[in-house]
Amino acid sequence: MIRPLEHILIPLGLLAVGGLLGWSFFLAVTGDAGERLAPIALARVPDSGVSNPVTSVLLNFRAYDTLLEFAVLLAALLGIWSLGSSGTGFQPAASVLDGMVAGFVPLLILSAGYMLWVGAYAPGGAFQAGALLGSAGVMLALAGHRNAGLPSEGRLRILVGLGVFVCALTGLLLMLFGDGFLTYPAGFAKWLILTIETAATLAIGATLAAAYLGGRPAAHPTTGETA
Amino acid sequence: MTDQVLYAQLLYGGSGIILVLLGLWSFLVHAALLRKLIAINLMGAGVFHILVAIAYRGIDTPPDPVPHALVLTGIVVAVSATALALAFGKRLDQVDD
Repeated sequence: MIRPLEHILIPLGLLAVGGLLGWSFFLAVTGDAGERLAPIALARVPDSGVSNPVTSVLLNFRAYDTLLEFAVLLAALLGIWSLGSSGTGFQPAASVLDGMVAGFVPLLILSAGYMLWVGAYAPGGAFQAGALLGSAGVMLALAGHRNAGLPSEGRLRILVGLGVFVCALTGLLLMLFGDGFLTYPAGFAKWLILTIETAATLAIGATLAAAYLGGRPAAHPTTGETA
Repeated sequence: MTDQVLYAQLLYGGSGIILVLLGLWSFLVHAALLRKLIAINLMGAGVFHILVAIAYRGIDTPPDPVPHALVLTGIVVAVSATALALAFGKRLDQVDD
């Protein structure tokens, strides 16, 4: 039987929305582009301290936005923690999976370091590196490590706050020296970006792994560990 | 060359719009929380598709970095929102029992 809302009204409305979206998208890509941000951003990339345009937009031109992004991740994790403690986790893995995890986790950490460094001049950066670290944590959790290889709660709190802390502190110190908030002085930009990205990588990786556990870490991280 | 760029943009952007519509439909029609969550993520993937399509300027020219940075930001926000929503859903299930 045909329900009028689900089978007629909503699809018709969606078709109308799709038509509008398609039309405006077509106009956006065919019409006169006008003054776009891309030429301005690409022209200023040599001054930004890194040669990868995406990284220079993220960590230099729109660094403010990236700081708030770290804050979003932190807020989501705090929300998850406030909902209760994590479950008992998965049971310890059999030797084959355990051996595979033992091989893959160091590789993931190495690739995260590579991703962080290569982000200065090629696709990569703090978020990709953090995602790799986080996936290492997820792998450990799936293999039965109850805390996904994360440190005890006190240290974990420092780790997940590191991104926001280092980014905001850098911005405030730059203000003290007379530059704007997160406006890097010429010559220092590369090292400041690298510092922020390193802290952010650790924070993002820890946050993603901790979010995967789905609650506050258990009080005794050693119990339930397989290694 | 410009025609090729335009076709690629329309193909990617059009698929993005279809993904957005499919996600929106699923979000409106299905009652289960998990399906709504997947639907929202599908819509997000569609929006990222559209942004990447707008940024594309041919295989030899570097893409517009600003939409790319927006997509990276969007992915992070989508992941955190999904994790938080899953935690909420788990807690709701516990309360129901």
